[in-house]
Amino acid sequence: MDRCKCNSDLSSPKHCNIERLRDIKDPEHPYSLEELKVITEDAIEVDDVQSYVRVTFTPTVEHCSMATIIGLCLRVKLLRSLPSRYKVDIRVAPGSHASEASVNKQLNDKERVAAALENPNLVDMVDECLAPSYG
Amino acid sequence: MAESSRLGQSIDSFVDASCSLTQQAASLDTITSLVKNDVLSVEGLVREMEMYLTTTDNIIRARGILLLGEVLARLVSKPLENATIHSLIGFFTDRLADWKCLRGALVGCLALMRRKRDAGMVTDTDAKAVAHSFLQNLQVQSLGQHDRKLCFELLECLLECYPDSVAPLGDELVYGICEAVDSEKDPQCLMLTFRIIEVLARLFPDQSGPLASFAGDLFEILGCYFPIHFTHPKAEDLGIKRDDLSEALTLAFSSTPFFEPFAIPLLLEKLSSSLPFAKVDSLKYLSGCTLKYGAERMLKHAGAIWLAIKDAIYNSIQEPALSFTSESLVGLGFQENEIAKEALTLLQRVIVQNDSLYLSLIVKDEDINMILNTITIYESYNDIYLQGKLKLHVVGRFLSISARSSIASCNRVFESYFPRLMEILGLPVKNLSGDHSPIVSSLISKRLNFGALYLCIELLASYRDLTAGFKEIASKSISASETCYSMLQSYSNLLTKAFCSTLATSPQDADIYFAAKGLQILATFPGYVSPMLTSEFESILITFMSIITLHFKKTLLWKLSLKALVNIGSFIDEYHESEKVSSYMGVVVEKIVSLVSLDDFTMPFPLKLEAISGIGTSGLSYMLKIVQGLEEAIYTNLSEFYAHENMKSPDITVRLLECYSNKVLPWIHENGSFDEVLLRFPVNVWSQIESHVDFSIQVQEMELLDATMTAMRHAVAFCSVESQNKIIQKAYSVLSSSTFFPLKEFTSLTIQFQLGGLQLAQKIDNLSYRDEWILSLFASVVIAARPQTPIPNLKEILQLFMTTILKGSVPAAQALGSIVNKLGKESNELKISSDCALEEALETIFRTKLWNSHDNGAVMKCSGINNGSEMSFADSCLGVVNNNLPQIHAITGLSWIGKGLLLRGHEKVKDVTMIFLEFLLENNKSDAFPLKQNSLESSCELDLHPSVIKSAADAFRILMSDSEVCLNRKFHAVIRPLYKQRFFSTMMPILQPLIMKNDSSLSRSMLCRAFAHIISDTPLTPILSEAKKLIPIILDCLSMLNKDIQDKDILYSLLLVLSGILTDKKGQEAVIENAHHVVNNLTKLIVYPHMMLVRETAIQCLVAMSELPHARIYPMRIQVLRAISNALNDPKRAVRQEAVRCRQAWASIASRSLHF
Repeated sequence: MDRCKCNSDLSSPKHCNIERLRDIKDPEHPYSLEELKVITEDAIEVDDVQSYVRVTFTPTVEHCSMATIIGLCLRVKLLRSLPSRYKVDIRVAPGSHASEASVNKQLNDKERVAAALENPNLVDMVDECLAPSYG
Repeated sequence: MAESSRLGQSIDSFVDASCSLTQQAASLDTITSLVKNDVLSVEGLVREMEMYLTTTDNIIRARGILLLGEVLARLVSKPLENATIHSLIGFFTDRLADWKCLRGALVGCLALMRRKRDAGMVTDTDAKAVAHSFLQNLQVQSLGQHDRKLCFELLECLLECYPDSVAPLGDELVYGICEAVDSEKDPQCLMLTFRIIEVLARLFPDQSGPLASFAGDLFEILGCYFPIHFTHPKAEDLGIKRDDLSEALTLAFSSTPFFEPFAIPLLLEKLSSSLPFAKVDSLKYLSGCTLKYGAERMLKHAGAIWLAIKDAIYNSIQEPALSFTSESLVGLGFQENEIAKEALTLLQRVIVQNDSLYLSLIVKDEDINMILNTITIYESYNDIYLQGKLKLHVVGRFLSISARSSIASCNRVFESYFPRLMEILGLPVKNLSGDHSPIVSSLISKRLNFGALYLCIELLASYRDLTAGFKEIASKSISASETCYSMLQSYSNLLTKAFCSTLATSPQDADIYFAAKGLQILATFPGYVSPMLTSEFESILITFMSIITLHFKKTLLWKLSLKALVNIGSFIDEYHESEKVSSYMGVVVEKIVSLVSLDDFTMPFPLKLEAISGIGTSGLSYMLKIVQGLEEAIYTNLSEFYAHENMKSPDITVRLLECYSNKVLPWIHENGSFDEVLLRFPVNVWSQIESHVDFSIQVQEMELLDATMTAMRHAVAFCSVESQNKIIQKAYSVLSSSTFFPLKEFTSLTIQFQLGGLQLAQKIDNLSYRDEWILSLFASVVIAARPQTPIPNLKEILQLFMTTILKGSVPAAQALGSIVNKLGKESNELKISSDCALEEALETIFRTKLWNSHDNGAVMKCSGINNGSEMSFADSCLGVVNNNLPQIHAITGLSWIGKGLLLRGHEKVKDVTMIFLEFLLENNKSDAFPLKQNSLESSCELDLHPSVIKSAADAFRILMSDSEVCLNRKFHAVIRPLYKQRFFSTMMPILQPLIMKNDSSLSRSMLCRAFAHIISDTPLTPILSEAKKLIPIILDCLSMLNKDIQDKDILYSLLLVLSGILTDKKGQEAVIENAHHVVNNLTKLIVYPHMMLVRETAIQCLVAMSELPHARIYPMRIQVLRAISNALNDPKRAVRQEAVRCRQAWASIASRSLHF
């Protein structure tokens, strides 16, 4: 994950910021998302000019109940790390999850993300997953 | 009477369990001191305590006996009568049976048993009685930890100090010990246990002794501790680490050969463990036991041990991490971990113990033979798979270790492998006549098999190391008749040729590396066993030299050749091989010296210098030669420079000088002081200048002048006082013959100074280049002079330097600073030869009106000579109105002088800084600054140019920062410890109110600048203690400095000070009050456009701020987060990374949501 497609320009914001995702911990395991292959280098698209980021992650099993939490973690981490000009899209890899459409909808709905972050239990969970990713 | 009542009280308070520990300790001390000072005898004490010692109350009796024991433990060195000791030990021995007061009995026994002979010892019979009672009465494992420890200490003491009296107990003793130590688990007790077993084994070395029959049982107890598994979380609590335990257990294991049938199988079995530390331990223990058990007993395990070693090495070596360019390469560069290292150590040990056995194992080993048989597939390094490389590496290590262990084994290894390797390499044996058929030369030109080459080099290297190791021991221990010698001799010629041709033709790094190594080894055999003829040795040198001169484009080859030459040089220098030294001198050193002086531009000049300085470091005699060559080259170049206008390239001269001052001079200085060598260069440079009266050059060559000055400084600095004296005399004579130097005598009257100064100044105005050279070089000599070295005609020199300072000559200013720094005080005896003491010199400097006279006409009339200590110099600095350049020069000069004074801790530095401060305060006269009344009245009308004020502020940087060029330890400056701290603490109380009160923006900003210079060079500790007061000013400075791009460096160093304060606990407390201002400033610096480091550090400071008390920083949260979100878009990656950290830190101090 530490090198996205555009690694020719090492000092670009994309490279720097994408690196931040690799250490996020899985909600159910003591491993990082990279170790579990939930997110890979190829699954991230960055367009610096258009200020656009798209992350496609692959849940470990089709019925993974944690897919939304993982997506939320990714979104929070990127929100905290990227300049505000970026639009972030987070999706489940096509065909990798049973309720793909609803997860995608939930993750990209501003209101629902905001509502989720009002929930202290969820925020605690997210923070725990993100804890190791701040060096 | 008083004594006895005190005694009674003390005994009571010790025995009384309800008293506190400190009270008990105090009463114990009282009683001990009574007995120690002979106020009370031991018998008296016992009588006094009778009731406590014999009562039927268990608790009181236990305390009473413990008291007696403790008192005795503190009286170990007090002489006691034998009868007393006898009765006491009898008492304690009896009490061992009394388990309720066992502690006291053990302490007492131990105290008595540990007595030395001169203070009265326990007799053998008594000791025996103790041992007997111990074995009968004590169930050690049922006791608590502390009691067990005492028991073991007592046992150890018995075994160590009274071996004769406990030995007759025989079986009973061994059995008792087995019982006592069985299943002990406490680390401290275990240390003692292992030690007891070790001593016990020493006690019964007999085949028929009790230990021999109990060995199995004892080892059963001991063996279960192996490998030590130590999980105690804090080793430092006990003062015992795993390694200590492991070492003690090794000693216990190897204490007696009787353990051999049990220990070796156990260790070999544990080698197959999956735990790395178990493997390492097994190998270590095997090494230890092998030596102790002896060759005979180990015989039957040889096969198993060899297999185990092989196995351990093959399985533990990791991938190669080192390349062929690195310095310390072993074998093929595979990394050997601890297991492999221990295995190789073990191999070495067993081979030393029984070489014939292990060598036959190695020679017969199928794996090794298979590799040798299939070695033809290892044609080229790059084609070998990792596994193949690993195998090759391991075989190489085996062969090299076995050949290294002794001459006999070396012979054996050579016999078994060398001819085969030669055959594979395609080198036939030299026939009787010594000639080779023509076919041979064609054979040599083909590529060498890499595998064979590598193994052959390993063999050669181990043989060489073996012979070199015998240097001191009888040199004839290796005679020419040894097999390996004759073998090597018959092949040496061919090998040399083969290696040379590989060096020349092979494109592969690995081949080149080993060929160069091979040649180096062949050339570095000690004379009496060297298989090489001198002609062959020379041909090796010639090969390397031709690479140095011709093949400089092949970097690796060139570097390796140079390294090999350096190694050969230092080897023959160390072994005093006169014949070889002379050929080395002829072939290498002279050639390389001629390289430098030749006008040959095919070889890049930096490489020439690298080669020459490298070769020089290999031996003193070479270096002396090389120094000569180098110096001559420098002289030729310089004289060309003086004489001809068209200097070919000053670049070369500069490089030569740099090489001379950076590499050659320090080496000469480190390797013995060669004053005459060091002296030669400066003196010759001076005479050269002397002889070239006319400099025809018109172009300024500042770089060349700088390099010459540096070389001059370094050379002079390394010289002794006498040599420095000679140099200074020489330099002075040149100086005084120059056109501008005033030869008439000065008197000390100010007016005459002024007159003389005027003339001087006029002369200085039209300095020729030659004069400038002379002046700068003279300044360099003065800078580097030792404090003891006298400077001739100091007053004139001072005048001269002061005049030249006005022309902007920094070296002159630095020289002046050095002079005032090193000059002896009037009362000092060192003054003898110098005609001017410090006070006088300072007087001269500060009173001189030179500065005024310089600017024709525009001299401000200053009050001049007011009271005695007044400095008219200051006024004169202020005096020049029309032209501010000389003023700036004068300030720079003054700051160097101030630095010299500051370093030695002279009080006049205060005056100097006051002058600078006056400049800074120039623009607001209303300020009632006390100093003004004296010296500033003259200049109050002045309107100073801002650049002058700025240079006065920057003078503080010169004062505080360390200089590479002068006034440091290298150039013998007188440096008072903590001078920076002292200056800081004198300046701060002055600067602080000035900055606070000042309204004028210019002088305020300049004061801040000065403040920043001082604070950024002060160590952090004094700053921290003042942090509270300093923070507001630091913040002021930060906001002032971030306007101009030129201030970025000082801004950065000031920010570093702030971050130092913020990361310190004490500093953080000081920041709390000003937290808001700090945050304001830092958020502004986040967008500082001129320097990435400033932005990064500012964000780091903000991260540190987030650790302040929550209530204090919470209000700033939104502000910080807004500022940081801009930094997330920073063009530099490091800044963005810090920004994310900072954002997280600040976002998380309150709600963790994203909605800021």
